[in-house]
Amino acid sequence: MKNTAVLITSEKLKVQDCYDFVQDAACGGIALFVGTVRNSTKNKEVSLLDFSSYEPMALKEMQKIADLALAKFQIHKIAIHHAVGELQIGDIPVIIAVSSAHRKAAFEACEFAIDTLKETVPIWKKEHFNDGEVWVNSHP
Amino acid sequence: MKIQLLFFGIATDLVGENSIFYELNSEETVLALKKELLLKYPKLKNIDEFAIAVNEEYAEDDLVLRENDVVAIIPPVSGG
Repeated sequence: MKNTAVLITSEKLKVQDCYDFVQDAACGGIALFVGTVRNSTKNKEVSLLDFSSYEPMALKEMQKIADLALAKFQIHKIAIHHAVGELQIGDIPVIIAVSSAHRKAAFEACEFAIDTLKETVPIWKKEHFNDGEVWVNSHP
Repeated sequence: MKIQLLFFGIATDLVGENSIFYELNSEETVLALKKELLLKYPKLKNIDEFAIAVNEEYAEDDLVLRENDVVAIIPPVSGG
């Protein structure tokens, strides 16, 4: 039985898909992190975000995170889904779902997964404003 | 020897390419290639830093490149 699910898609992400993947009778809880597109950054109004990825490598790095989380924490299953393409305010770029027998491990693994994803997975976002656009973290 | 270079994120905009074939004079390290790229594409200096991935894995500076390697220029990531 597969305990990890990683996905990059240009379709709308579904919280229910991640939940259903990790849900299991042996588990006492599920931790979910759902990233959403915020309407402003540094007091500037954002119109949309455009995500792009180096997909084959991003999937490998996401798989490494999922495998590491399974090895490191007492968890049962983990799903990591990321969206690419143009996302509007309120849309969901990322979902992490983790199930475990006891809640602490699920919370910890969930935080570990999103923190590591933000550091290592080759995905980039461009913020679009009314008067221009900026690649986040790149400081051109 | 020939390698393939892939550019992502802001690097695509700065260099104006997604993917090119690139000729190396000899087997050289990732560090040497980074220096070469900064000379060839001075606009890459506009990024704080960039990582290199070889065949879809992050590469250390001392890795020696081989014929047909796929080398990706990875600007600071910003997923999530």
